[in-house]
Amino acid sequence: MGNEPKIFKQQYKWVGTRPVRPDGVDKVTGRAAFGADYQLPGMLSGAVLRSPHAHARIKSIDVSAARKLPGVLAIVTGQDFPNLPSEVATGGEAPVNFRHVSLNVIARDKVLYEGHAVAAVAATSTAIAAAALALIKVDYDVLPHVIDVLEAMLPDAPVLHDDLFTAGVEPAPTQPTNIAARSGFTLGDTAKGFAEADVIVERAYTTQAVHQGYIEPHAVIAAMAADGMATIWCSSQGQFMVREFTAKLLAMEISNIRVIPAEIGGGFGGKTTVYLEPLAVALARQSGRPVKLVMTRAEVFKATGPTSGTHVWVKIGATRDGKLTAGEMVLKYQAGAFPGSPATLGGMTGFAPYDMENATAECWDVVSNRPKCAAYRAPGAPMAAFGVESALDELAQKLGMDPIDLRLRNAAKAGTRTLYGPKFLEIGYAETLIAAKSHPHWSAPLGPNQGRGIASGFWFNVGGPSSASIHINEDGSAEVVTGNPDIGGSRASMAMMAAEVLGIDLAKVKPMIGDTGQIAYSFLTGGSRVTFATGKAVCEAADAVIAQLKTRAAKLWKIDAANVQWRDGQAWSTLDDGTDRAPLSLAKIAHSAGKTGGPISGNVSINAAGAGPGFGTHICDVEIDPETGAVKVIRYTAIQDVGCAIHPAYVEGQLQGGAVQGIGWALNEEYIYDDKGRLQNPGFLDYRMPVASDLPMIDTVLVEVPNPGHPFGVRGVGEVPIVPPLAAVANAVSRAAGIRMDALPISPPRLLKAIDGARKA
Amino acid sequence: MATVILQRELARRYTGGQAILELEADDYSALLAELARRYPDLVAAIGVRTAVAIDGEIFQDPLHEPLRPDSEIHFMPLIGGGSPGLAGDTGRTAR
Amino acid sequence: MAKHHVSTTVNHEPVEFLCETQHTLLDVLRDELDLTGSKEGCGTGDCGACSVLLDGRLVCACLVLGVEAQGHAITTIEGVAKGGELHPIQQQFLDDAALQCGICTPGFIVAAKALLDQNPDPTETEVRFWLAGNLCRCTGYDKIIRAVMNAAAKMREEA
Repeated sequence: MGNEPKIFKQQYKWVGTRPVRPDGVDKVTGRAAFGADYQLPGMLSGAVLRSPHAHARIKSIDVSAARKLPGVLAIVTGQDFPNLPSEVATGGEAPVNFRHVSLNVIARDKVLYEGHAVAAVAATSTAIAAAALALIKVDYDVLPHVIDVLEAMLPDAPVLHDDLFTAGVEPAPTQPTNIAARSGFTLGDTAKGFAEADVIVERAYTTQAVHQGYIEPHAVIAAMAADGMATIWCSSQGQFMVREFTAKLLAMEISNIRVIPAEIGGGFGGKTTVYLEPLAVALARQSGRPVKLVMTRAEVFKATGPTSGTHVWVKIGATRDGKLTAGEMVLKYQAGAFPGSPATLGGMTGFAPYDMENATAECWDVVSNRPKCAAYRAPGAPMAAFGVESALDELAQKLGMDPIDLRLRNAAKAGTRTLYGPKFLEIGYAETLIAAKSHPHWSAPLGPNQGRGIASGFWFNVGGPSSASIHINEDGSAEVVTGNPDIGGSRASMAMMAAEVLGIDLAKVKPMIGDTGQIAYSFLTGGSRVTFATGKAVCEAADAVIAQLKTRAAKLWKIDAANVQWRDGQAWSTLDDGTDRAPLSLAKIAHSAGKTGGPISGNVSINAAGAGPGFGTHICDVEIDPETGAVKVIRYTAIQDVGCAIHPAYVEGQLQGGAVQGIGWALNEEYIYDDKGRLQNPGFLDYRMPVASDLPMIDTVLVEVPNPGHPFGVRGVGEVPIVPPLAAVANAVSRAAGIRMDALPISPPRLLKAIDGARKA
Repeated sequence: MATVILQRELARRYTGGQAILELEADDYSALLAELARRYPDLVAAIGVRTAVAIDGEIFQDPLHEPLRPDSEIHFMPLIGGGSPGLAGDTGRTAR
Repeated sequence: MAKHHVSTTVNHEPVEFLCETQHTLLDVLRDELDLTGSKEGCGTGDCGACSVLLDGRLVCACLVLGVEAQGHAITTIEGVAKGGELHPIQQQFLDDAALQCGICTPGFIVAAKALLDQNPDPTETEVRFWLAGNLCRCTGYDKIIRAVMNAAAKMREEA
């Protein structure tokens, strides 16, 4: 921090254009190497034995028969992993309880969900590994289980952890419970605010657990050298996180692990933790051979974090002219088998788009016998927004007010105080509403059985630690090395920002993603942070390179460096002494770098602050079939304040992808359990994500209110798009059917039931 | 005077209900030291699980961030990059 | 268990391999023939990431047994480009930014090629229904559909 960021309000040469991405050719030809594509000589196939029970005590595990099977070279169980103390990791990023991560990676004395890992093997073929699993005898003492969040909160619910006591309540409880934590936020006086209201809307909403749904299952290869140095290739959102977590879980030194990020086939937050990596390293250590572990799709659904199913209660009051006077919400989120749902984030984000003097949020984190939840794009926010934005829609109906006007009347702006504390700086929420109001979609006519919904959403976006290294080659080209896996096209943006600052041809700038041995620490890819924070590091590294280039030019010219300017990719002398000095290109200076002091490079590590929050407003048209309950999305427009779009096509892609995930969340996706707590739909056939024939084109509008915290005004964009769609779709269906839809997903049987119910009433 | 604005629950529990605290501090570490002097239990409770908003800008690790004479400071749950925040895995399973 | 010896043609080249009875064509392509461009997203034929052409017909390689390849002609993503020259569909995916993470991209390109090989002028609806067997979680399909329609238009122009 320190330098005032420059905001260029001008036509850029590269920023804002749409060049082909540097990794594109490999991806369209199938050459790009994803985690499961790696092969190593002598590689073994790994497999994981998983609990068939939702809740059980492990009385014993007998691996003796499996060990004897020819071709089986390693077996591990929970006994092979250190028991970690329950403490929240210090380190500055998201709070992590490594004991829980470790227990989740492999069970110790209890299994807490169907699919919980119990043992892992490595063998010379996948068939032998599978046969070995079948030979492992596990003696379970099956226990009663609980799935639903409200049921898990009841006093007589089966308790998952006999040492879990609710945090955040007074007096501190002494009875173990499934209620892991309570948190709350308060602003003003909601009782007074509701007393002033002319109209009040109060309703409970439910959402189901949904999975991030990345098409690439988790995959890892681990190799352990005889000197104890482990190398891991894996599909992950953060190679430094994998290194840290694996080291912690196996009681290894961080410096003895090198993690090489493969290309990643989708993450959305679901790959910000470890599942297979510690198992693979333990197996590699035991067998002395590299071990490859890849999840099946069923394992992905059963044993990797979905996001929480929720129960959301919202109450909002307003005066007759549409001014919100008070808002309250109570959120109950399922965390899965270990604490850690994003309930608090829901409480912080739900009312954020609105200027409210009086508001409260009460947030409950509850465990139950399901896989431990993991982050999913704007964790916690979509569910709270579903409640708040649906309530606002109902309020608009009661007031006879246009739903956009209702939001404009109360829109947060610079200086608005948030429920979670600080006041907003420059934000672009109102701009998204104005863009929505004037968009042709908003005034297009609707036909029979059609309805239009609108909803808004907010996400903080984060900054965090990032490193960047720019190396200038002898021919004046440059490598830009960063440490963030590229999920959405960010490496293209890194190259574009570097080229823009350096003033050279984009074709001469090659972005690379370094492993943990090649680039300094970078926090993982997530939180909509890479283009912002890592981009900032890239810009500062480019500035550092320019400072060196100016010094070298000064040496070549034998003048003072204060008399050198850098412009359009060249050094210019500003010294007015009658001598004619032709400008020196980067290539020229690079070519003589050896003579002027050595290789030229810029290396920067920062802890980026100043991430600008993002707001979005979505408009959705649906057509319902009252006979089948089917809902078709017939038109969709996503509008978002993106600060500054470095590569507009990839920013549009974030809006479109996030919106469609939200549509799936609203209409079809859910985890379905039987009465034994076993997942009934662990596959893409019955876990129904949107396909191409379900959808129209997703129109996007990029509003640009620059974020003063970034040299180009970038705001994170990746997470906001999934926040509005749940309510946008539900509001559209509610308007089409004339019935308030307060339970997701609005699958055909549910809509039909609601329609039939209304018909009878 | 830098102003610390606490969430009401923290205030109720650790400062006898006083949600607005005024302190003299040039940077965040000095502020934290002064707060620890006055309300040691508060600082212990906030602990490591906190992001800090200084004049509206959110920091995850602001130890030497300078403060203006009229800076406003809020403590917030950490917002993990793509990861769950507070009640993001701070459940106390002991042992 | 003795392995089966299979002779087949992959991307216009004669190929032989050994495989076990239960190995799928996808297993064989990835593990025996080092053609890792076809991806396993689900193993049950629901996501299309393993799309290949079997005698010109679009199939999921995870639903075909390795032994069934005997005597047939298979085209994978690796066979779509002609040497160093990208197929118009591949080029259009790049120009229209129709990929984000890229894991589903090989499947979509093979599937799109199968469509345009038999219907050079599809409507948007026809493209969407043809590609309904290919899942993408990143893009929301918008830019993919545009890329396929644009590629079709370019290919019609050049024909």
